[in-house]
Amino acid sequence: MAQHVLLIEDEPNIAEAIRFLLTRDGLRVSHAAEGAAALALLHRDPPDMVILDHMLPGMSGLEILSAIRADPASRDLPVMMLTARGRDREMAERAGADRFMTKPFANAEIVAEVRSMLGRG
Amino acid sequence: MRRPRRPLFLARAPYRRRRLRDAARLLPVFGVFLLLLPLLWTPDSRMSLSSGDVIYFFSVWLVLIGLAAAFAPGLRGGDGADEEED
Amino acid sequence: MPFNLLVLACFLYVAFLFTVAFVVEGRAAKGRLGWLRSPVVYTLSLSIYCTAWTFYGAVGYAARSGLEFLTIYFGPTLVFVGWWWLLRKLVRIGRQHHVTSIADLISSRYGKSNTLGVIVTVIAVVAATPYIALQLQSVVLSFGVFASAAPDGSRPLDPGQIAVWVAVGLAFFTILFGTRNLDAREQHHGIVTAIAVEAVVKLVALLAVGSFVVWGIAGGLADVIARIDAADLAAWQVQPGRWTGIIFLSAAAVICLPRMFQVMVVENEDEGHLARASWAFPLYLLGMSLFIVPIAVVGLERMPVGANPDMFVLTLPLAEGQGALAMLAFLGGFSSATSMVIVESIALATMISNHVMIPLWLRLRPAAAAADDLRSVVLMARRLAITAVLALGYGYYQLSGGSAALASIGLIAFLGVAQVLPVMLGGIFWRGATRTGAILGLITGLAVWAFASFLPSFGPGAVLPESVFTQGLFGQAWLRPHSLFGTEAMDPIIHALFWSMTLNGLAFCLGSLFTFPGPVERLQGAAFVNVFEGAVGPQRWARGRAEPEALLGMAQRILGEEAALSLFQVAARAQGKEGFLPDPTPAFLDSLEARLSGSVGAATAHAMISQLVGRATVTVEDLMAVASESAQILEYSARLEAREAELTRTAGALREANEKLTQLSLQKDAFLSQISHELRTPMTSIRAFSEILTEGDLLPELVIRYGRIIHDEAKRLTRLLDDLLDLSVLENGAVQLTLGLASLQGMIDTALTAARATRPEREFQVVRDLPSETIYIKTDADRLTQVFINLISNARKYCDAARPELRIAVRHKAGRVTVDFIDNGRGIPKGAQALIFEKFSRLTDANRAGGAGLGLAICREIMANLGGSVAYLPGQGGAAFRVTVPLRLETLAA
Repeated sequence: MAQHVLLIEDEPNIAEAIRFLLTRDGLRVSHAAEGAAALALLHRDPPDMVILDHMLPGMSGLEILSAIRADPASRDLPVMMLTARGRDREMAERAGADRFMTKPFANAEIVAEVRSMLGRG
Repeated sequence: MRRPRRPLFLARAPYRRRRLRDAARLLPVFGVFLLLLPLLWTPDSRMSLSSGDVIYFFSVWLVLIGLAAAFAPGLRGGDGADEEED
Repeated sequence: MPFNLLVLACFLYVAFLFTVAFVVEGRAAKGRLGWLRSPVVYTLSLSIYCTAWTFYGAVGYAARSGLEFLTIYFGPTLVFVGWWWLLRKLVRIGRQHHVTSIADLISSRYGKSNTLGVIVTVIAVVAATPYIALQLQSVVLSFGVFASAAPDGSRPLDPGQIAVWVAVGLAFFTILFGTRNLDAREQHHGIVTAIAVEAVVKLVALLAVGSFVVWGIAGGLADVIARIDAADLAAWQVQPGRWTGIIFLSAAAVICLPRMFQVMVVENEDEGHLARASWAFPLYLLGMSLFIVPIAVVGLERMPVGANPDMFVLTLPLAEGQGALAMLAFLGGFSSATSMVIVESIALATMISNHVMIPLWLRLRPAAAAADDLRSVVLMARRLAITAVLALGYGYYQLSGGSAALASIGLIAFLGVAQVLPVMLGGIFWRGATRTGAILGLITGLAVWAFASFLPSFGPGAVLPESVFTQGLFGQAWLRPHSLFGTEAMDPIIHALFWSMTLNGLAFCLGSLFTFPGPVERLQGAAFVNVFEGAVGPQRWARGRAEPEALLGMAQRILGEEAALSLFQVAARAQGKEGFLPDPTPAFLDSLEARLSGSVGAATAHAMISQLVGRATVTVEDLMAVASESAQILEYSARLEAREAELTRTAGALREANEKLTQLSLQKDAFLSQISHELRTPMTSIRAFSEILTEGDLLPELVIRYGRIIHDEAKRLTRLLDDLLDLSVLENGAVQLTLGLASLQGMIDTALTAARATRPEREFQVVRDLPSETIYIKTDADRLTQVFINLISNARKYCDAARPELRIAVRHKAGRVTVDFIDNGRGIPKGAQALIFEKFSRLTDANRAGGAGLGLAICREIMANLGGSVAYLPGQGGAAFRVTVPLRLETLAA
């Protein structure tokens, strides 16, 4: 069975690009545009990793990340954060993100990062 | 010589105190009016003694005393130094 | 009732008063007065206004003239409930200037003129003498009532003898307690307390008799009212002239009577007591007059025709066999008489000794000022004066034979002291009042009063020959005592009141207007009139060449050795010196004078110090020098103040600028970070999809789809850059406005059409009032339309109502046009309303259609450039924005 990636991103075009790239790489991608829906999805269909945008409407990326880390079920879930602003990086680090990707990114770059996080060599 | 400047507007408490002083100043004027009033309504400018007159004058008197008593506590300790001629 | 028992009661009562006064003096000496200096004692001491004339005479007055007796109380009532006007100032001046009597007040105010002191003293003594005689008479009369009621009808004591004994006894009491010491302030605690006790006795006695009459003789209140109405009305008539005149007269008297001034101002311990007395004293007066009418009515009914109504208070209980009650009434009357005489004689003695005897002594024996112990001289002068005053009273009593009705002489005395009123009022309210004016006014008033009221009261032929009454003075018909200047048919008292007050006031005002006051007068005038301003004014003494030893010697002779030494020691220490001899600085001379004037009066104290200082006192030049010096100091400090204020302002401005810079720097960081985010977001999509496309190997429909995404995101990027540029131009004010007349309706039409591009799928109701929109505005039409488009698009974008509706309301007022855009959505939460006009402050909303959150910021900038504004209108049901533009925008100078 294909590994499952949860993508939390509010920009529909970016979400579509990432979904296209990861699906083509043989992963199953589910998508949520904001925090509450993402957390619901996380419980209903636990993913193998999360790609999380930093700037989200309502709940911010950092808040979602700490919610993920607070839940024992998802405490060790690998999380990659997408940031558009340089100094967001250290904040995300402190909140417990595993990897960072700065927008805009190269397609090969993100696919390689996801692969390594999922341990697919 | 310049006079010390005074504030144009006052907080609530000093404002009330000043209006109380105004009332205290008006009280004797009010009293004079009430005490001379019977002269106006007496026919042919003469006044004779009737129990009604007695009761009227003593009532006016009591009212004046009562008002003065009501004003007095608020006026006491009013050190006029800064608050004259308001 | 045995007459001897009465005499015994009298003696016991007097002994009790002595004890009270003695105990209180003892406590005062130890400084333990406690409740004895309470407002109650102060108020009760004021009751010496109610003399025997009031106690006995009021009933007679009521029996003769009906309600007119009330006027005697209404005057004081008005003065006291109106204490904020006059009494407050009088008491403050009295305390601040150590005033010892009303003569001292006048003399001190008008340049410490002893002439004025003498005139006021003369007026007071002349007016008070018959009044004191009146008190003696009332005591004699009341004794007489008891004597004639004695069963054997014998009169063990001759009235003249009674009068002598009473006068001697009073003199003894007054000298004992009134001249014990020479205080810095002329206060007599023992006497004041004794007076307060007597006040209670008076009130209780009168209330007891009144209650007995109402509930003991008559059948209660209703019955008394019926009796009042049934009484002979025709005999009781009040003339309006007398009614008004006597109210005025009694008001003047309560201020000017020497004894009232003594207890009200001189003996005042605490200004707060006056506040209490302002209602308590009128209440006391009301109590004193409550039963007067019933007693008069019942007395007229019960007593035989021809009985003296002045004595009803005594004769009614006696006739009803109430011996004890009569005794109480007698003691009440006795109290009224004695308390008045005691205080009056102290007040008069202070005036006489300070203004007549001591100055005379100093003039006759200039050497004495440096040698004798003045304290004993002053005290001896007081004792002599007290004796003299009582002797005068007794002499008048003997002379007049005790015949006149009590009330008429009372009013004449009132009118006499009222002559001081214009000068006193002028002195404390009008800085322009001068010594010459005051002298003229007082002498005129005194002369008119004497001629028109006082001398005629002895009867035709007694002092003024008969011919003067009928033909006038020197045969001049317009100089008849009771019809001056041909004013016939006036009531004598009102006639005298009118002419004396008119001529007195006129002489005073004209005299003041046409003379120039001396320097001390001007200083004192300012200090009195502006007593509440705090500052005492420039010093009264130029630095003289007085020897401190000489000053100390003089002070010792007036204040006593110990008091003087401690005064000088304190002053020396304040100057930083050891020992007892301070430098004779102006300030020290000032305080010394104030202290001395508390004992011997302002004029004498001033004269004595001048004698030692050598140079009489300040001159006008000194005054002007002092004034200009203090003006310079004021000017200098004002300049310092201004400089300091400027420094504070500069510091404030700097701090503000710094804060602004810090904030700007923070804003700049946030702005750059925001821009970075806004630019990176479309870039991310563009980069990702363009890479996907370059890899080839895609379904054709996906190629098209991704191509369109790239296109849209590129457009978004462009728009963002456009907006940023636009904003930058607007913010820098470098925008080029194209002004012209344009129809508001046209602009709104254009905006509505343009905004249709936003969410075109939505059905959107627009409510307009077309007639109101027919306004031509001189403005930049393109820019204003841009604002409208933005607001309408926002409404289309964010209005979340099921049937979205936008209302556009136009108003035109005072050269400004307002256009409101109100939708029926949820509106903007309160917390966010302040933020929406900030850059990138997009609200968290799913429906953001590619805007970068710059729209409203741009609108704000545009409106600022157009001389108007755009603001959020809260409380309109939905989101509401108000655009305000000037009707005619003039070309900006920039």
